[in-house]
Amino acid sequence: MKSPVQFLSNPRLTSLVLQVLVIGIVFYAAHGLLTNTQANLEARNIASGFGFLSLESGMPISNSLFPYSPADSYGYAFFIGVANTSYVALISIVLATLLGISIGVAQVSGNWLISKLAAVYVEVLRNVPLLLTLFFTYSIVLAALPIPKKSLVPLQGFFLNNRGIYMPRPIPEQGLWIVGLSLFIGIAAAISIHRYGDRLHRETGKLIPSFRLGLAAALLLPLGAWWLTGGPLSWEAAVLKGFNFKGGLVIRPEFSALMIGLVLYTAAFIGENVRSGIQSVGIGQINSSKALGLPPGLTMRKVILPQALRVIIPATTNDYTSLVKNSSLAVAIGYPDMVSIGGTIIGQNDQAIEVIALWMGVYMTINLLVSLIMNRLNARVQLIGR
Amino acid sequence: MDIKIFTPAPDLPPPFESAGVIGWLKDNLFSSKTNGLFTLIAIAFLWKTLPPMISWAVIDATWSLTPGNVSTDKTGACWTFIFVKFRVLMLGLYPENLIWRPVLAFLVFGTLCLATVFRLLKTRILILAWLFLPLPVFFLINGGMGLPLVEQSLWGGLMLSTGLAVVGIIWSIPIGILLALGRRSSLPVVKAMSIATIECIRGVPLITILFMASVMLPIFLPQDMNINNLLRVQIGIILFSSAYIAEVVRGGLQAIHPGQTEAADSLGLKSWLVTWLVVLPQALRHVIPSLIGRCVALFKDTSLVIIVGLLDFLGMIKASVQDPEWLGYDAEAYVFCALVYWVICFSMSQYGKSIERRNQW
Amino acid sequence: MADSPMIKIKDLNKWYANFHVLKNINLSVQKGEIIVICGPSGSGKSTLIRCINRIETHQKGSIHVMGTELTPKIKNISAVRRDVGMVFQNFDLFPHMTVLENLVLAPCWLLKLPRKQAEKKAMTLLERVQIQSQAHKMPGQLSGGQQQRVAIARALCMDPKIMLFDEPTSALDPEMVKEVLDVIKQLARDGMTMICVTHEMGFARQVANRIIFMDGGEIVEENAPSEFFTHPQWDRTQKFLSQILD
Repeated sequence: MKSPVQFLSNPRLTSLVLQVLVIGIVFYAAHGLLTNTQANLEARNIASGFGFLSLESGMPISNSLFPYSPADSYGYAFFIGVANTSYVALISIVLATLLGISIGVAQVSGNWLISKLAAVYVEVLRNVPLLLTLFFTYSIVLAALPIPKKSLVPLQGFFLNNRGIYMPRPIPEQGLWIVGLSLFIGIAAAISIHRYGDRLHRETGKLIPSFRLGLAAALLLPLGAWWLTGGPLSWEAAVLKGFNFKGGLVIRPEFSALMIGLVLYTAAFIGENVRSGIQSVGIGQINSSKALGLPPGLTMRKVILPQALRVIIPATTNDYTSLVKNSSLAVAIGYPDMVSIGGTIIGQNDQAIEVIALWMGVYMTINLLVSLIMNRLNARVQLIGR
Repeated sequence: MDIKIFTPAPDLPPPFESAGVIGWLKDNLFSSKTNGLFTLIAIAFLWKTLPPMISWAVIDATWSLTPGNVSTDKTGACWTFIFVKFRVLMLGLYPENLIWRPVLAFLVFGTLCLATVFRLLKTRILILAWLFLPLPVFFLINGGMGLPLVEQSLWGGLMLSTGLAVVGIIWSIPIGILLALGRRSSLPVVKAMSIATIECIRGVPLITILFMASVMLPIFLPQDMNINNLLRVQIGIILFSSAYIAEVVRGGLQAIHPGQTEAADSLGLKSWLVTWLVVLPQALRHVIPSLIGRCVALFKDTSLVIIVGLLDFLGMIKASVQDPEWLGYDAEAYVFCALVYWVICFSMSQYGKSIERRNQW
Repeated sequence: MADSPMIKIKDLNKWYANFHVLKNINLSVQKGEIIVICGPSGSGKSTLIRCINRIETHQKGSIHVMGTELTPKIKNISAVRRDVGMVFQNFDLFPHMTVLENLVLAPCWLLKLPRKQAEKKAMTLLERVQIQSQAHKMPGQLSGGQQQRVAIARALCMDPKIMLFDEPTSALDPEMVKEVLDVIKQLARDGMTMICVTHEMGFARQVANRIIFMDGGEIVEENAPSEFFTHPQWDRTQKFLSQILD
């Protein structure tokens, strides 16, 4: 018969015992948690389960991509929140990337003044909480703009005031689909031209201006269709009625403030990634490219950028998922994102557990999607080494 | 043939157009047409924005310490607003006559910071000091044992922000280390649970965790166990930070050469001792700059507690701005707030960079 | 009458900020000549040859490469660089492209060669440096000596008239130095005009037409190998030789 010491020193047995122990502890804790939860929910008269999603919400939402009224269900209201979150996150990611690339390139440009300005931008925005930037933007966006009666008019039909940016709403008419189709064909043509240009270069060495030709195709085709169909678009203007504007399209200050804040903040981080990515490509690469006679544009496209992206893409994935999570700060300035609306639902029926579970599910799904897309991109730029 | 003695040519100064200021300007600001254009645009931008900002903030500003002599036709900033509100911005609603206690606590904290930055004590002592710091500080601010108690709902301002951040970091580091080790464990159950915990916490915004802590925690715990909101929020912050610390520590652990563990094993050390004595200290030393980065991020994140009803520094700033007796001073308030956060965060990240540069702790 | 020189450097002076790094360099290189430049580190050897294809710029004096003067206002530096090939100490191959892609990048985009033709040319060159079997590998999968031979082939792919070598073997393990030097020696025998910065004195003795010794940013001594090693004219040269040949 084995002695206890020998029993314990059998590694497989010890690990099995340990794991059973851990599972046991977790189950015990979970059981305790569940019983407490049930008791507490009963005592406070809070319902359980997701049945509330089909009940009428009764809450107004100021900003929605899809038509919504307070007679719609909680479930639909939450969906509007998810749509708003995705919408602001997507636009902010695109704009933040563009701004971030500019900031990063500015920091490695030879121009001392531009690179220092970019560096100051990065240091200021990275060391101040995003919430503060949001409050700052919101109070400036709101405070600086006049009341609707005295709106600023930068362009005919566009009105800037403290209720939002009002602009004419496009109303599609008969024949707009032709323009849409020709845009689609134009883009397809641009891609084909680009492919043809590549093939021509490989086979004969000749270069054609495929980018410019493609751009021309993508622009001229829909423009031609537009002219032929007589411009199948009419506009509903925003008109001042009493104290407010009616009709037209409106961008609310909450949305603007959130988007501007997210873009400025995330662009600082993306800028740092771009800068360190470009700087990670050794000077030797630039020198050997110069020595071969490659002009700066070609050097950047073929030598520096592919190598820089190895470093930039993984780091930027983090920044994108952070942006999605940071969009939750909308609740602090009144933009009806997922957290705002969820918070209101909790306020109305106390079913915090279900709403929080929904939040977690949606955020994790969105971030999983972003990570998956970025990982595919990343795999394409990684190097094979020894 | 005799060897000749070589006299080296003298060092001459560079030609005028390429030397000194003119040369520097040519190379750095005007090296090409596009560069020159950008420089001019930048100078124009600075010319339009810098002088108005400086005259608002400094030249035309009101600097009097008391509200008595404040004229209402101000063109510049009215910093009197900040001077008047200073105490609540720093300490929240803490009773005025007991200010000496948080001030003393701040001095203790400040001393420990200085001792750490200038390395006046041995590392082991510093770690112990930081671990035990919350005790005297909590005692001073809270009360008990002879000192009158101050309710936690009165705590606020920069004191609260700093407290949440410091306690958050101190407690999240051990938990983060445990999670990181769990993630590398060979026991599949432990590994799976660690990964699930880390990824779930990292995949959601801090606000949802704060909501969870604030609203869900009372439901999870037995009815007679009552934790106040501040403690709930603090727990939420600790949990949130642990997941990110776990990832930082994981990076450090991965950077350890496997030769280290092999060498230690061959000496006959048990595996947990190996981890404790050999692997962890090295891993942690490697990632100190990243840990400091996490400190900065956590300090910024504490600003979110305004959403669950705590009045930290940003919360007090917002409250001051809405004081009906002092309306219209948003700009002063937010600029001051930004300045304070910037100074603290920038100093911390510079400290982290200096450690990274010296490449040793 | 002698042909005009391939490279003509007159009174070349260069400064890094206030530091006078090249002083009054005068050098003429004829077609087919092999020049070796040696000297202690910091003497400006690398800086000098980098000025020849304008990777470094000079502030005073003139450099003429095959008749074209290198000035700040030069219109088509790319054309000059196409005729001057350069091999670096750290090989500097493009790590994200295969060996073959490294070689065909410049010919395809600058000489407008069709891809197939460029690849054929590249394979011929890879055979010349005896590395054709590695054509589809990534640089990270090759040894240092192999990478440097690829770098030489890459430079040759543009049909340069002049080849510059900046310490081509200094970063290699000793057993790989010979394979690279053999390639360079073969190039020399095939008639390429070359300037080589190196510490390999055996190589210099075998191949060079002229050896130039630089110290402190100026040319101290210039001579044929037969004279250079046996009868150095200046004390500095003698000191240097005693340090590296023992």
